[in-house]
Amino acid sequence: MTASQTHRIRFPGGHLLTCETLDARDVHALLDRAEHAAEINQQSAKSQDTLRGRTQINLFFEASTRTQSSFELAGMRLGADVMNMAVSTSSVQKGETLIDTAMTLNAMRPDLLVVRHNAAGAVALLSQKVDCAVINAGDGAHQHPTQALLDALTIRRAKGRVEGLTVAICGDIKHSRVARSNIDLLNVLGARVRLIAPSTLIPTRAAELGAEVFTSMKDGLAGADVVMMLRLQRERMSGSAVPSGREYFHFYGLDHEKLGLAKPDALIMHPGPMNRGVEIASAVADDARSVIRDQVEMGVAVRMAVLEALASNLPDA
Amino acid sequence: METPSQHQNPQALINARLIDPASGLDAPGGLLIEAGRIADVGAHLRRNAPAGADVIDCGGHVVAPGLVDMQVFTGEPGNEHRETLKTASRAAAAGGVTTIVVMPDTQPVIDQVALVDFIQRRARDNARVRVRTMAAMTRNLDGQEMTEIGLLKRAGAIAFSNGKQSVMNAAVMRNVLSYARDFDALIVHHTEDAHLSANAAMNAGLISTRLGLPSVGPVAEVMMLERDLRLVDLTGGRYHAATLTCADSIAAIEKAKAAGLPVTCGVSINHLTLNETDIGSYRTFFKVRPPLRTEDDRLAVVDALARGTIDVIVSSHDPQDEDTKRLPFAEAADGAIGVETVLTAALRLVHNGDVPMIRILEALSTAPARLLGLEGGTLAKGAPADIAVFDPGMPWLVDREQLHSRSKNTPFDEAKVQGRVLRTLVAGETVYQFARGAGD
Repeated sequence: MTASQTHRIRFPGGHLLTCETLDARDVHALLDRAEHAAEINQQSAKSQDTLRGRTQINLFFEASTRTQSSFELAGMRLGADVMNMAVSTSSVQKGETLIDTAMTLNAMRPDLLVVRHNAAGAVALLSQKVDCAVINAGDGAHQHPTQALLDALTIRRAKGRVEGLTVAICGDIKHSRVARSNIDLLNVLGARVRLIAPSTLIPTRAAELGAEVFTSMKDGLAGADVVMMLRLQRERMSGSAVPSGREYFHFYGLDHEKLGLAKPDALIMHPGPMNRGVEIASAVADDARSVIRDQVEMGVAVRMAVLEALASNLPDA
Repeated sequence: METPSQHQNPQALINARLIDPASGLDAPGGLLIEAGRIADVGAHLRRNAPAGADVIDCGGHVVAPGLVDMQVFTGEPGNEHRETLKTASRAAAAGGVTTIVVMPDTQPVIDQVALVDFIQRRARDNARVRVRTMAAMTRNLDGQEMTEIGLLKRAGAIAFSNGKQSVMNAAVMRNVLSYARDFDALIVHHTEDAHLSANAAMNAGLISTRLGLPSVGPVAEVMMLERDLRLVDLTGGRYHAATLTCADSIAAIEKAKAAGLPVTCGVSINHLTLNETDIGSYRTFFKVRPPLRTEDDRLAVVDALARGTIDVIVSSHDPQDEDTKRLPFAEAADGAIGVETVLTAALRLVHNGDVPMIRILEALSTAPARLLGLEGGTLAKGAPADIAVFDPGMPWLVDREQLHSRSKNTPFDEAKVQGRVLRTLVAGETVYQFARGAGD
């Protein structure tokens, strides 16, 4: 074991709810653990038994394919018993409140609870009512910390560092938890963050989060080391925030012409799922500089590291 | 409540610090109550009660007109599990509030004569303090069709409001103001553009951006207020902006007052004493409407209160129970209880030196009484003996479980506060008396 793997990572309250409270040393220690997990994941025998006997429940109030399966796989590779709660068919549909659900789940004595919810703050609220470690897998437009961690790992592996890089995050910043977590984490790691979007998709006083704000791709992409595209929800394309998908792609979609403004070796990233032809041209998504598939791979590794680190902080560990 | 005092003997409140904003009085003295009314008041009663009177020694504490709270939401009818007129009136009595004006946002909405009548009957039978009704200005608060303003007023409605909703249709608002003028009816309006504030959970700013919450800035309030002021100018209707929260609204109302328009405005105790940072990590007891603003805006409304630009302080008492508050922030209901703590919270502004005591009491009693055409709000001879006796300096710790309201959603839970109501009288009857140990 390396020093970083024995370094005890501090999680406020024993949960991972936000990137705002992480510090650089802890983040790098987590990413080191994840690197190690990534190596094991490339071997044919991937199973470990670090979490043997532990119960992990994935509670997704909002549909998700990749995040949920990524957490599921991460837990299974570490030897945990993993259960997915299908919320759409559960008692939430019958009017049970979030708190009731939390109490019920708590009575099943899980060790790790992975939660996604469509309301900001919902995961933090739930974490106050349970005895296990809670991982925020996305709460409304607030935070999605494991996404930011896997993005940081992807960048670190491709570029050798995160510090000092210029990262442009483009698209629906206003409604994006991925953006908020990334802004926080990239600042912690010493990167320069830029936000690029039409004004209707930039939240109030966004610059004060620690970013430079641009409304034109031309200005915002100039000299960028990393271009991180965000998904634009369909309901925002019909005149509420932008006039049409066509117009959005024209001004904010990443094609080779706009990409030419960034550094020649700029990484192309997207948290998925992609709208090809809306925020990203197909050819760019499949470009050699695209690390979109690496992000998915690093997702499993980062989640393994997070599960392991949280479990090692449990009182009975 | 309108029946004469059951006391056979006159009562003398002696050894008091009399504060009457109506006359500017703030001096040691005493007060004599006979048949539910103030029979005499002044320095000569400080030590000497007339022979035959029952004596209450106020221990040098403040004797002031009972508070008139012109924005109290209850759950009766429709949501009695949150609050009834009975429980709201108990909370009011414990807060030195002798008149509550209940809002029309009930189920059903108070938009008919029979419902005004219902409230008055229920209040007569169950309430400890005076209860008056604010009726709906549009049917079902839909903002479309005017209610029977003339008949409702005759039935006892003392003002007209659209509750927590703003009337978005300017033509409807113009007609309401115009028609109400013929009856000299007061229109009280919540000023918040419904489209701009749709789904907004808090004030727009760095905090809402960090928390990822849908938000709205002061613009929604200021736009609606400015529209209304234009319509007041056009129609001459008497208009009261219910709860203003920001510097720009203050500027707008100041301009309208300077132009001589028949306008007044209020502020909720929450916006005087709290700001958006209190929300912290999604604390839903601080989710109110309009949303808590920045500290700069709070200071602007405090200053406007001190200068008299803001006429009235309301508690905006809004009981919500666990099932509407223990939710993710964006999904939780707006509202905070406050009728029991409004005086105590307002005294913070006095202790900080921001607003003089007499000005605070004017905004809590004299001003709303005058605005609504009520008799109270003064210690003048002949006025109803609606009185609050309080110790402005007594320290205590707010404990939500000890409050009298049926719902416990106070933003002041566990707050260290200073100032406690010792006794409340309505028409000369003691309806609340502080007992040390019980509730402190």
